[in-house]
Amino acid sequence: MRWFWIDRFEEFVRGRRAVAIKNVALSEEQIDGYSPGFPLMPTSLVIEGMAQTAGLLIGELSGFEHRVVLAKIGKAVFQFPARPGDTLRYTATILDVKDDGAMASITSHVGDRLHGEVELMFAFLDDRFLPGPLFEPVDFVAMVRAFAMYDVGVTPDGQPIELPPFYAQAERNAEQSYPPIPSPVEASKP
Amino acid sequence: MAVTKDEVFKKVQTALVDALGVDEEEVTPQATMVGDLGAESIDFLDIVFKLEKAFGIEIPRKELSPEDILTNADYVQDGKVTAAGLAELKRRMAFVDFSKFEKDPQVRNFSNLLTVGDLCRYVEGKVSA
Repeated sequence: MRWFWIDRFEEFVRGRRAVAIKNVALSEEQIDGYSPGFPLMPTSLVIEGMAQTAGLLIGELSGFEHRVVLAKIGKAVFQFPARPGDTLRYTATILDVKDDGAMASITSHVGDRLHGEVELMFAFLDDRFLPGPLFEPVDFVAMVRAFAMYDVGVTPDGQPIELPPFYAQAERNAEQSYPPIPSPVEASKP
Repeated sequence: MAVTKDEVFKKVQTALVDALGVDEEEVTPQATMVGDLGAESIDFLDIVFKLEKAFGIEIPRKELSPEDILTNADYVQDGKVTAAGLAELKRRMAFVDFSKFEKDPQVRNFSNLLTVGDLCRYVEGKVSA
């Protein structure tokens, strides 16, 4: 199963808030098995999507130097089941950031209807854990690009955010490892 | 800002009920955080967030978690905290009652030392500072 529980970011303001959407589809595996006969989006996976939304917002603050992991679900209230065809809109707000963790509050809406409210605590892995990034840099870049994070991401004063240098380099290295694509003009020359 | 001991206790109690999912009655000054209230290491980070917000204070990690002392070879020998280590712990954590720990100062006993009352004394020291 692909562990991407948001489809894309709609808004991303560094250190402040992020809005991501998740389209619920009947073709998704988790819909069938969780509640046979009553297809719904499991709230546990809604929380995972909310954690991905808030986790990326928090990680981006340190240029992804901090290894951010979901540590605790402080509160989780859901009002109704999300069904196939619904578009969930997750809005994450950072409440607090410390040296070793952060708190965020996240809501989920279907249209104007409040679907869920969650408070999450994230911890930053320290040197008691094996060193190195949590994701392969190239996979990580592919993920945040797919989420359109750097298409919509801005600083609080509206300037576009950019990939941190370490990840930008990983992306360039990956691009250079593919053979160049000939331009259509070159390719059509006899 | 004058905050009474009772106000501190009430706010600490609320934070612990929220963070640990325990009942109000369980949160007594004598209750130990780990043994009686079931706090795990990750809960301490949560409790710190909640106390900082409730009291408008800042809690540096070292003040409540003296891991650096407990892993320092100068202060620990054969799994026991030395006299120098104990002195350092007392200096750093004046709000903790060490009388019981002193009798058997094994590092592993440290994790179950902190009580709700200790935490209240720590906060009292912070808000009156």
